[in-house]
Amino acid sequence: MLNESLVFTIVGIVAFAVIAPVLGCLLAGVDRKVSARMQGRVGPPILQPYYDVRKLLEKETVAVNSSEVVYVGCALLFTFIAGGIFYSGGNLLMSIFVITLAALLFILAAYCTRSPYAEVGAARETLQVMAYEPMVLFMAVAFFMGTKAILGVGTFNVSGVFFLGVPLITNIWLVFLGFLFVLTIKLRKSPFDLSMSHHAHQEIVKGVTTEMSGRTLAMVEVMHWCENILFLGWIGMFFVWANPVSLLVALVVVLAVYFLEIWIDNNFARVKWQLMLKSAWIVALVAGGLNLIVLAYL
Amino acid sequence: MRFVESFGYRKGGEDVAMIGFLILFPLVVALVLLLVKQNQARNVIVYVSAAAIAVVSIGFCLANLGSGWVGLQFYTPIVDYACMAISVALAAVILYFGILYRNVPTIVLAVVQVVGSAVFELGFAHGVHVAESLYFDSLSLLMAFIIGVVGTGICVYALGYMEDFQAHQPEGTKDRRPMFFAIMFAFLSAMYFIVFSNNMLWLFTGWEVTTVCSFLLIGFTRTDEAIKNAFRQIIMNIIGGIAFLVALYCIVLQVGTLSLREFIEVGSAYPIIVMLPVCCLALAGLTKAAQMPFHTWLLGAMVAPTPTSALLHSSTMVKAGVFLLVKLAPVFNVCPLPSIMVVLVGGITFLLCSFMAISQSNAKRVLAYSTIANLGLIVACAGVGTPEAVWAACFLILFHAIAKSLLFLCVGTAEHHIGSRNIEDMDLLFERMPRLARFMMLGIMVMFIAPLGMLMAKWATLVSFADSGQIALVIILGFGSAATFFFWAKWLGKLAGIAACDKNVELDVHKSEWTALMLMVVLAVLACVGLPVISTFLIEPYVCSVAAVVANPTLMALYAFGGQDISGTNLWISALLAVIVIVMLFAGVGRRGKEKPAQIYLAGASVDNDRRTFRNSLSGETAATSRNWYLDSTFGEARIKPVGEWMCGILIVVALVLSTTGLPILM
Repeated sequence: MLNESLVFTIVGIVAFAVIAPVLGCLLAGVDRKVSARMQGRVGPPILQPYYDVRKLLEKETVAVNSSEVVYVGCALLFTFIAGGIFYSGGNLLMSIFVITLAALLFILAAYCTRSPYAEVGAARETLQVMAYEPMVLFMAVAFFMGTKAILGVGTFNVSGVFFLGVPLITNIWLVFLGFLFVLTIKLRKSPFDLSMSHHAHQEIVKGVTTEMSGRTLAMVEVMHWCENILFLGWIGMFFVWANPVSLLVALVVVLAVYFLEIWIDNNFARVKWQLMLKSAWIVALVAGGLNLIVLAYL
Repeated sequence: MRFVESFGYRKGGEDVAMIGFLILFPLVVALVLLLVKQNQARNVIVYVSAAAIAVVSIGFCLANLGSGWVGLQFYTPIVDYACMAISVALAAVILYFGILYRNVPTIVLAVVQVVGSAVFELGFAHGVHVAESLYFDSLSLLMAFIIGVVGTGICVYALGYMEDFQAHQPEGTKDRRPMFFAIMFAFLSAMYFIVFSNNMLWLFTGWEVTTVCSFLLIGFTRTDEAIKNAFRQIIMNIIGGIAFLVALYCIVLQVGTLSLREFIEVGSAYPIIVMLPVCCLALAGLTKAAQMPFHTWLLGAMVAPTPTSALLHSSTMVKAGVFLLVKLAPVFNVCPLPSIMVVLVGGITFLLCSFMAISQSNAKRVLAYSTIANLGLIVACAGVGTPEAVWAACFLILFHAIAKSLLFLCVGTAEHHIGSRNIEDMDLLFERMPRLARFMMLGIMVMFIAPLGMLMAKWATLVSFADSGQIALVIILGFGSAATFFFWAKWLGKLAGIAACDKNVELDVHKSEWTALMLMVVLAVLACVGLPVISTFLIEPYVCSVAAVVANPTLMALYAFGGQDISGTNLWISALLAVIVIVMLFAGVGRRGKEKPAQIYLAGASVDNDRRTFRNSLSGETAATSRNWYLDSTFGEARIKPVGEWMCGILIVVALVLSTTGLPILM
């Protein structure tokens, strides 16, 4: 009953849990370096995120309650699983749903402390999920319909891209642009860093993570690294086709997109939730809706 | 398919006996309960008969696992006469209350209906003979399981709940519990009658019994509000009943049968002929399933004692509506006009009710909106009518029944112990009622998050919509699901809050309530973890069996492959993940750890962490408060409700008008 692709998925999860934190850490280091240069500073060493997390792990365990760490631990576990499913070529929707589960557990970790600041952060994080979720689902459906248009048979399996004659960006570029918009929310970059900001000028009390410290906070950091690697994988997916060279193309695009995100992060001030929700939903409706209609009927 | 049928005929006798027991036994219990005034005796009767019904239901399901459509040669005019007597009795009940409370529309509608059905039964239906009046297939079995286990579980729960309820009544109030329990069991009987009757006249009778039972249950407390809401319910559902009757007239006149199976056969082969009856049946289904603009009756039903809500929302009443629509799914697949009506009404209801749920702080109201929304999704799936959509609809029915009854029962118990059904008052429930809070959290998670239950079904829904090119539904599902995430997550967050030293108030919860709650939790866990197994043995056989029922080659080919469109591997992965989440919830969170305790940050020195008070700048004490977000200006009822009512109302009217004129263009 359990065929080999389950084994393959598990191998993928383990591999992701090992590799993604390393890559994510380096990416975070580069992020801080580039941000610093944009602000006219020298910036910390590339490995600074690693030093930070190592220091957090060495700290004494102090916590408001003992459930917080359980929620965060499970959130991290599910992030590994979501990433593993995606990078082993598994089902895209499954990956999306599991990462949403991780997001929910992260929100619960904040709620369970009953700290008013963490609760505000958690409520905003919930709102952010509500803002980006439609576009993310439309991306998955567009993936299915896009592969259908190219291959003749649709699939939600990420490994399907290796059979395409042309990359998906050729027929779902509008969805790509829409997803690019909500990616800023998913990465919690300014102007959509409502729930938790890494810019000191926008946030004094640290939203969702207000009550997290030591080991717990270290896990949150690692989770964000892995999330970033996963989301960038979703971006890269648009540019891969049967030709192995395409992986290189995808890598270049991914790096360019991340640079764009850093640039946006450093050039916009935080918006209010109304604007975030409205703009994300309008983008989802227009970009997602139009593209899907074109795929279905034209 | 032939094998299945001959198989059915051979052991038909036993099956008829089992079905007969399931329909008649609850009815007998209902009569006995009506006469028993003593508490202890009632408890025993309810426990024993609930167990008996559950065991027979489960046994019947297991004995026929994987079965296709099995028609049972059973016909006796006695049932026809009984049906007629029941319709007259029901009309008498409605008229009695209508006249008692001077409600003119109800009286008029009831008269129209009883005259209509009398003319039909004596005149038109008289010569129509249905040989296989009873039947079952895997969908009936699924429904029987839900009615027999979830439904009776709620009856057991009601024992403890109604004891508290009676204690809260003013001194000297008449104890009307015998009536209450009698109606609950009669309800179960009617539901069994609906899911096992191939004779549509019988089905219609069961349908009307559920309408009147829920009318009596909603009006049970006899307060002004209860009576107002009960009448709203009966008016809306008699409209549905009359639509059903119109459909029966059309079917007898046009098709010359009263067999549901033959109707689906003919309908799938010649959709143009059945356009009007299908539209009418769809309208009946929509009213019963509380779709916009008829959704207000289900919201109003909240005034009844909580077990009533649990019963109406999870295993009976609204499920009868979606059951009928899912049965008609293959006809919708080939009949565009009613399909468009059902798909759009269901889709719009799902979207807008999910939005409105965001703005509600009353827990029961959130549950009600979520029920209506999920029914909308089931209705939309039925309207799409592809095998994949039917697969998803069946799972939605199952998971919704279990999770929603769990949630209603939790809210009912919480209400009796914390004195409020407001979500804001459920702060710290995790400490005050530790076990109940975890149950509630499980129920909520089953409702909206992968890999638990409902979301797996929603996943299948999304795939089936994408595959059949229903872009409007994909968009609706995307936005609706996002709203669903928001309103459940914030409720979950409220429950998750932990602070030490609050008094545990769940120690005196009745044993019968725990029994029912535990039952629902076990069902929820089993259903989530056993999803792949349920798919193989119950849902796929149903989808495949549709191929044998329809008489349209395209549909036959379509349905022959079953409807599962999430691969087996993915189902197993999610079953594994479900285990992790359940272990986390029941063994992970809430333990006392070894960590050094810390104070929460309150922008001042904390005075009392659990009360969230801190020393302010004037050396006084300030309490920090925080409430969830309800976003009323964006998602409020005042803004959204009229939009939905108008859109759905116009859709239904247009579809009915077009179907009566029988516009061939729409073919």
